[in-house]
Amino acid sequence: MTQQHVPARESLAPEHAHREYALEVRDLWAAYPGQGEPAIEAIDLTVPAGEIVGLIGPNGAGKSTLFKTILGLMRPLRGEVLAFGKPVEHGRSDIAYMPQVEEVDWEFPVSVKEVVLMGRYSRLRPFRRWSKGDRVAAGEALERVGLGGFGDRQVGRLSGGQRRRVLMARAIARGGWLLLLDEPFAGLDAGVQHDLIALLDELAKEGRSILLATHDLSCVANSCDEASCLNRHLIASGPPAQVLTEAVLSETFQHHLVSVVTDANGVRVIQDERPHG
Amino acid sequence: MGELAGWLFDPYQFEFMRRALFVLVIISVVGAVVGAFVVHKGLAFSGDALAHATLAGVAIAFVNGASVGFGALVAGVLTALGIGWTRRRTRVSYDTAIGILFVGMFSLGILVMSRRSSYTPDLFAFVFGNILGVSNADLTGAAVMAGVVLLFVWAFYRELLFVAYDPAMAAASGVRAAPFQYALLVMVAVAVVVALKAIGIVLVNAMLIVPAATAGLIAARMSRIMLIGSGVALTASVVGLHISFYARVSASAAIVLTACAIFLVTAFAVGRRPSAGVVAAERAAR
Repeated sequence: MTQQHVPARESLAPEHAHREYALEVRDLWAAYPGQGEPAIEAIDLTVPAGEIVGLIGPNGAGKSTLFKTILGLMRPLRGEVLAFGKPVEHGRSDIAYMPQVEEVDWEFPVSVKEVVLMGRYSRLRPFRRWSKGDRVAAGEALERVGLGGFGDRQVGRLSGGQRRRVLMARAIARGGWLLLLDEPFAGLDAGVQHDLIALLDELAKEGRSILLATHDLSCVANSCDEASCLNRHLIASGPPAQVLTEAVLSETFQHHLVSVVTDANGVRVIQDERPHG
Repeated sequence: MGELAGWLFDPYQFEFMRRALFVLVIISVVGAVVGAFVVHKGLAFSGDALAHATLAGVAIAFVNGASVGFGALVAGVLTALGIGWTRRRTRVSYDTAIGILFVGMFSLGILVMSRRSSYTPDLFAFVFGNILGVSNADLTGAAVMAGVVLLFVWAFYRELLFVAYDPAMAAASGVRAAPFQYALLVMVAVAVVVALKAIGIVLVNAMLIVPAATAGLIAARMSRIMLIGSGVALTASVVGLHISFYARVSASAAIVLTACAIFLVTAFAVGRRPSAGVVAAERAAR
């Protein structure tokens, strides 16, 4: 059983203390070129500083699209995104992103240390090499995720859980106060997942804010301060106990939903795990 | 000992052999550096397509009395941009699109050549390579082009790695993937042109693939793959050049065959003995 996370707003990073929200998304619409319907519509979402918000939705619901629009990788049709009260274009150095594990080329010959150092990248500067400060930060981030001795290992030779931890270390090395994690738990067994959640909890207690996309309802129920249900538009958001109801979940998962089970651990969804196109 | 020294150094009393050696050093380094990306980003077919596509430029320049090397460069760079564009924009599968560009440009080259009554030796050299026909001007051109490519890789090493490994995070950090993906293809085209006259269209891709693939068997990081790949290519070049000199066989074929032999021996050795490389590490992880 995963321990209950306690929100820690009071230990907020001093420079952001006057900001209530790490992330504010207002009326955000985005579409892929050549596709008629927007992939996400009218999204209003907030991530309070120092909290963990779980974004729930079936495959193809627009979770990755939302992340990419927040990060500026996709141009929104309309709407705005504020990070720490400023337009997100000015706050990107405060944001760390962890893509879905399949988006990364694990066969490419880079070492664990090189990947974590990528988190320290700030802007295009020819002939630049990593500074000593960058290397120290990367080393600390690796220690933090428990991969201290793995710096020279090729990333492709790591297990699924270790790969996730390398990407977490990269996000930590970036020093961002807002972490966007796309499916951080996909394909992990319960033990590894538990360790990762404990790490996220620790980061939130330091005042970092986390938005994570997941299919895993029990994780959101037990470990997130807030839950948001997405299926192209936002269906509900708020404390997990209020949001994760059968009515909201069946609207969110629609035909992906096979059944909703309520037991001692709270509410769970049995869903159809077909990959989306 | 004296005999070995003689075997090694005698050929270089000829100026054409010294030029051949110099151009091979350039080809080895630039081929291994660019080849490290070619092998590990699955661009082997693109390399072959770019090599063949240069025939169009070679033929057009030749017929019009222009610089053949320049013609090859223009054709190669245009095809590289075409490959980059089809990769991003079309719904045709990537290898099909490259295949079409490949045969289209190659056919254009053959068509232009067929207007001439006979193949001239000069044109023939570009197809099968003529390492002993490398002129001082060729050597200078190869050195300049290789210098530009190596300088680019040196300047943007972090960015090239970032985009190759994780384009989404790279873009989120301010490194747009598209310009670097195009740049990589253009670098492959330039590397092909650097080696074109010495190695020839049909074998030039080997100088990109075989040394880098060999290095990939024993090294797990790009910088080391580039370094070891250069060493493999240099060894194959010198050995192949000597075989060609003494046995009077095609130099490019002898060099490529030597490189392939080094690959096979390395693959076999790594397969049997655990070491620091990718393959060995994979084994250890099981």
